[in-house]
Amino acid sequence: MRTDDTDVSTTKPSKRQHRAAMVAEAASGGLKAILVKMALLGVVDAVALYGLFILFLQQQWLIFALVALVTLVVNWIYFTPGKLPAKYLTPGVIFLVVFQIFVVGYTAYIGFTNYSTGHNSDKAQAISALMSSAQERVPDSPSYAVTVLDQFGTLSFLVTDPGGEVSLGSADSPLAPVNDATITGGEAVGLDGYTTLSFQDILSRTAEITALTVPFSDDPNDGALRTNDGSSAYLYLSSLVYDEQADTMTDAQTGTVFSDTGDGAFVSATGEEMLPGWRINVGFDNFARAFTEKGIRTPLISVTLWTITFAALSMATTFFLGLFLAIVFNDMRMKGRKFYRVAMILPYAFPAFLSALVWAGMLSESFGFVNQVLLGGAQIPWLTNEWLAKISILVVNLWLGFPYMFLVCTGALQSIPAELEEAATVDGARPWAVFRLIKLPLLLVSVAPLLIASFAFNFNNFNLIYMLTGGGPRDAAADVNVGATDILISMVYKVAFTGQARDYGLASAFSIIIFILVAVISVIAFRKTKALEELNR
Amino acid sequence: MTSVDEGTRVIPQKRPFTFKRWFGRTGWRHAIGIVMVVFSGFPLLYVLSASLNPQGTLTGSNELFSQVGFEAYARILNSPDAPFAQWFGNTIVIAGTTSILTVFLGALAAYSFSRMRFTGRRVGLLTLVLVQMFPQLLAVVAIFLVMSTIGDLFPAIGLNTQVGLIMVYLGGALGVNTYLMYGFFNTIPSSIDEAAKIDGASHARIFFTIILRLVAPILAVVGLLSFIATTNDFVVASVLLIDPEKQTLAVGLYKLVSNPNYADWSAFSAGAVLAALPVMALFLYLQKYIVGGLTAGSDK
Repeated sequence: MRTDDTDVSTTKPSKRQHRAAMVAEAASGGLKAILVKMALLGVVDAVALYGLFILFLQQQWLIFALVALVTLVVNWIYFTPGKLPAKYLTPGVIFLVVFQIFVVGYTAYIGFTNYSTGHNSDKAQAISALMSSAQERVPDSPSYAVTVLDQFGTLSFLVTDPGGEVSLGSADSPLAPVNDATITGGEAVGLDGYTTLSFQDILSRTAEITALTVPFSDDPNDGALRTNDGSSAYLYLSSLVYDEQADTMTDAQTGTVFSDTGDGAFVSATGEEMLPGWRINVGFDNFARAFTEKGIRTPLISVTLWTITFAALSMATTFFLGLFLAIVFNDMRMKGRKFYRVAMILPYAFPAFLSALVWAGMLSESFGFVNQVLLGGAQIPWLTNEWLAKISILVVNLWLGFPYMFLVCTGALQSIPAELEEAATVDGARPWAVFRLIKLPLLLVSVAPLLIASFAFNFNNFNLIYMLTGGGPRDAAADVNVGATDILISMVYKVAFTGQARDYGLASAFSIIIFILVAVISVIAFRKTKALEELNR
Repeated sequence: MTSVDEGTRVIPQKRPFTFKRWFGRTGWRHAIGIVMVVFSGFPLLYVLSASLNPQGTLTGSNELFSQVGFEAYARILNSPDAPFAQWFGNTIVIAGTTSILTVFLGALAAYSFSRMRFTGRRVGLLTLVLVQMFPQLLAVVAIFLVMSTIGDLFPAIGLNTQVGLIMVYLGGALGVNTYLMYGFFNTIPSSIDEAAKIDGASHARIFFTIILRLVAPILAVVGLLSFIATTNDFVVASVLLIDPEKQTLAVGLYKLVSNPNYADWSAFSAGAVLAALPVMALFLYLQKYIVGGLTAGSDK
């Protein structure tokens, strides 16, 4: 940092200076700039107001409060003079906070829940889902005249019961009487603030309308109204009975009682679980599973070790090949260096995800180029044998990564002053000694931060692993979907997003373990290289 | 000058060419160079050959350039179950928007860090360095759940929308990019700003009309790096984009050849060539700046 700047920060401007700066600032902004600013803020505020309105309707009070607060702060920052740093930082910081910092915190939260397929809503929603999935039409149900209404995309039923009483309800709010409906021929057909769906609309939204179940009352045991044609509805009752006092679900047909045992689902006496269940906090259960269940612990340990080995070896192999090539081609007498240089950069310029896919084809066991042509029809399981797959991954990553290291090392070598080499040669040092004692230490100083970056990148090099081997070959002894070449991030992805059972809770617990590992490794790395020193200058 | 000197002055004669000496000096370097050119160039040659092979199978692609035709290109562009042209367009739109906004947000932040002194500045810079150690994909599960919640409330920006995906990518806009730009902003003398300020220019005018033009090289580098990173992203894109016609090249092409033995390998190769050509052309064209940008901050 330049020293004159620090002076500015230490001496606070006097009040007069401050006011003078304000006047100058105000005078210098053109009318056009002010108009642009107003237009942008107007758009932001309009979007925010629309969002607040929707949140208000959905009764999401926490998010409502947060959006309102952020909108107010943004307006305050841009409408009051001064606060320049905030004016420049706010847009980026909002995205950073929501999609980088908040999601990390949210990951930590999910890691302590049982969030997974079958456990992804709250208890009330789970109960209503269970009840409605077991619904059957009451045989002697009266016919209710129904008009389907729309309000901002949410459908409601306007119901006229056989006795002429009019009520309104939607999937989330049970039927409640209304007085001010428009009535034609003894049947309610419209309501202020709602749009009545025309016959055409009903046809185009049939699927949505037939799937809609409107609870008859607050008590889920009273059943719900459903319609098949958008004009007459019938009462449906669930074969399950929910007892709110005892907090149990009873199957009316078999008489089995399912009760809430605190595991996030209704469980019968014989241990049978009713799904969907709901989301609960399970404390350290996910971590306990990761560290104590053998079917998870063993793969977790081997995956962690492989992740570190893979990242370290990838960094080392690419660096040494790159350095070697940089030395070989750093000779002025050599002709055609430019050609070699461009040819060797090609793998780096080719999009990485495509490279992995192409190599996967070339290394295919029965049809790939390597086995069929280079090795004359051999059947070598390059990607399906545990050890060969690991070697293949390292070779492909060498292909992907050496050009970068070659470029970096060439640059670093050329920036070492030639006098050093000359002086050493005059003193009688042999070329190897010059390299080992003079060039290499200087080179390492400048490329060390890049080596750390390379390690960090490979630590999470999801694309290569997932597209080349898919993490395979699968580890048959493991309880989670994980293979011999999986690294931590690909294991998280597979546990959370592939297969029938998606276990977000366990995957997030794994993510937290990665966070801690990365933090520890980076602290060590930064201590060693003092890369952060520059900030203190 | 004496006559002795005259007599001993040797006029260096061109020594006759011997293979041994040539090999000892530069020849072996060429040998290594040829090996490396084959190693790095071969897979690319293989893709090109496979894309020109009309047959389609992986085995058929093994005889390099045995057949040359553009049927595979026609197939990938008209395939009903692989909307390649749409993936291509989506990728350009998503990566383009992301990189432009990333550059803009990053430049705003870098300007304030470089030119202003305020409480929390050092902490802010430190946070940026730390944040880049934790890439977004580590929190992909949380991102998915957050976006599906947002999607329930605001379907236009939630799960399965490209706007939502771009917003998620912008979460990473401040970070390594800002740090790169911050270093470059510091190399522009602040006397330029001060002169403009004295002439009556506002901070916004200084930023938009003076500083941004002076730092154009780093803006190009950051934009290109962000474009390439976004194009290569599979994790977040595959989780957030569900409909095939909304997906990006990385997700779509992966699904196309998730089992290479049975896939239409030529069509995939043709798609790969089409997808890679613009990126490679741009990269080779700008390689000098990119290499400079990548190593910035390392040797100071």
